[in-house]
Amino acid sequence: MKKIKLWEGIVAPLDRQNVDTDAIIPKQFLKSIYRTGLGNYLFDEWRYLDYGELGQDCRKRPINKEFILNKNRFKNSSILLSRSNFGCGSSREHAPWALENFGFKVIIAESFADIFYNNCFKNSILPITLSSVIIDNLFNLTWDNWGFTLKIDLKNQTITNPLLKTIQFDIEEFRKMALIKGLDEIGQTLIYSEEIKKFEKKHKIENPWLFNIL
Amino acid sequence: MAGKTLYDKLWDSHLIHENSDGTNLIYIDRQLIHEVTSPQAFEGLRIANRKIWRNSANFAVPDHNIPTKDRYLGITDPISKLQVDTLSTNCSEFKIKEFSMNNPSQGIVHIIGPEQGLTLPGMTIVCGDSHTSTHGALGALAFGIGTSEVEHVLATQCLIQKKSKNMLININGLLNYNVTAKDIILYIIGRIGTAGGTGYAIEFSGQTIQSLSMESRMTICNMTIEMGARVGMIAVDQNTIEYLQNRTYAPSGLNWKKAVTSWENLKSDKDANYDKIIEIDCSKINPMVTWGTSPEMVTNINGIIPFPKNEKLTRSLQNALDYMGLKSGTAIKDIKLDKIFIGSCTNARIEDLRIASKIVKGKKIAKNIKLAMVVPGSGPVKKQAELEGLDDIFIKAGFEWRDPGCSMCLAMNDDFLEIGERCASTSNRNFEGRQGKGGRTHLVSPIMAASAAIEGHFINVSELRKDKQ
Ligand code: SF4
Repeated sequence: MKKIKLWEGIVAPLDRQNVDTDAIIPKQFLKSIYRTGLGNYLFDEWRYLDYGELGQDCRKRPINKEFILNKNRFKNSSILLSRSNFGCGSSREHAPWALENFGFKVIIAESFADIFYNNCFKNSILPITLSSVIIDNLFNLTWDNWGFTLKIDLKNQTITNPLLKTIQFDIEEFRKMALIKGLDEIGQTLIYSEEIKKFEKKHKIENPWLFNIL
Repeated sequence: MAGKTLYDKLWDSHLIHENSDGTNLIYIDRQLIHEVTSPQAFEGLRIANRKIWRNSANFAVPDHNIPTKDRYLGITDPISKLQVDTLSTNCSEFKIKEFSMNNPSQGIVHIIGPEQGLTLPGMTIVCGDSHTSTHGALGALAFGIGTSEVEHVLATQCLIQKKSKNMLININGLLNYNVTAKDIILYIIGRIGTAGGTGYAIEFSGQTIQSLSMESRMTICNMTIEMGARVGMIAVDQNTIEYLQNRTYAPSGLNWKKAVTSWENLKSDKDANYDKIIEIDCSKINPMVTWGTSPEMVTNINGIIPFPKNEKLTRSLQNALDYMGLKSGTAIKDIKLDKIFIGSCTNARIEDLRIASKIVKGKKIAKNIKLAMVVPGSGPVKKQAELEGLDDIFIKAGFEWRDPGCSMCLAMNDDFLEIGERCASTSNRNFEGRQGKGGRTHLVSPIMAASAAIEGHFINVSELRKDKQ
């Protein structure tokens, strides 16, 4: 997994509540058996006017000029700003895959759905939760200033821009380290192999029916 | 010391290691796998040259992509076919039990788990699918995970997780005529909102819950994720045990007796502590219908589409109403439908089909309904329905009778809404584009879907004319 520590990028304002995973990556793209290549289809139904299909060349598709990511000033954004309950809906990891593949490194929202939040950390995306007052302010600044960027310092948990007082954000230590170190989580768990086997043995004696061979 | 909740008990009995940062390594008893969220997990194992920790802790079934008619022709869409074939290849390479498309027991993953007795009380259960919460109805700790975590469980039989907070939703009171589990859960979502359960594991209890069948309990736990909670659960009682007895993969003989004894403890202690408790009086609930693009945008059959309360709400409400092609103030009963979908892991079990068939029996679907379909949740559900003659009732009324799968719940196969089409659906999500680009979804119970099919618009079933032809 890629590491992420410091990031500075253009902010794109997606002013909606409950941005769900069906909107982030519609179901026809879940047919992919690969992790990569989904960035072209991120927010497909909002971004394009036609119906997208997996494998389609998106350069020729009619574009919805109103959609935020199609506006020139936000085209190269890598920080997404949104409202509450971002990423609600299904568990599809295709959502963070598509966001990451498009180029988003950081998502700032009032709140996130649990599974989506979890999935971000497995894919080098930093989700940041901030209060609605701060988010309102960020939306205003983003609209009022062309090329508005934010600088994110994960180690010190700060967000900065000359137009702002430094914002502190919360993040759990283990999640922070996972991003900073780019850890192989499976490898980390396998360090406990002996404990897992010990647990399994005891568990099997107590609940033999859980160990039927299917 | 305060007692433990059911969630605490299940968590503690699967705890392997506590990390200093507050995360826990927990053991997973069962993983369910489907074709959409697993290919990249198997690929990950291959790349890292890792083995499966315990093959028979897993079982797989294709459900999202598969056709619901003319199955003998195979899957015609090559991309869907590749995904379904990839599942089979992965299962044979990694020696995982698969209920393949033509297996008589195939069905939607969350329906066949309990049906086969692969879901058992006391288990920790995961699946790369958010509606895994369904299995909590059997007193299991079950939740949806992402593909990286699917790979993690395949390789280690464990997950690193942070414990959620405990919420109790206490449901009491007598249900009104024709109010079902689906209406209860839609009502609760309307009350606490789609993010109201975020960060919590929710236990449903109370007299009403105790009086519900196991299938109805599954409907309730199924939609817990629509309140933002990954886990929904219900304590084990006599209903649970009776439901499981003699299921194919449930324990038998001496093991059955031992299992039942241990399952009987799977309830919260009387003095258990909850971080939040919500009381629901069921006698106030009427049949529910969603009108927007989020399950919390819901009212009852006598309701109207609301007017915005403040400026902030105006925008999201307006977005939703524009998409739905509706206006504030419109009566729910005045909403006309184009299609009817009875199916999905929320409402495609035998009791759902029985109750819907009672309503359509001897009647015909309204002229404005272009398509009404019943998609049974599994092979065994379909077979049972046919034994009871339900297929006949539906077909005579003008419904299509299909093969089991997810179908128009998320429209990954050939079943979808065209732009602007309006559907009464027994599924669980009304997001934009969920049932097809530009499609408009109203979430309802099987009773409401069946009534709407006959009348052509939403109606309280008690107002359906007996002679309606
Ligand atoms: S029926 Fe719908 S909600 Fe259930 S697993 Fe299938 S797609 Fe998901």
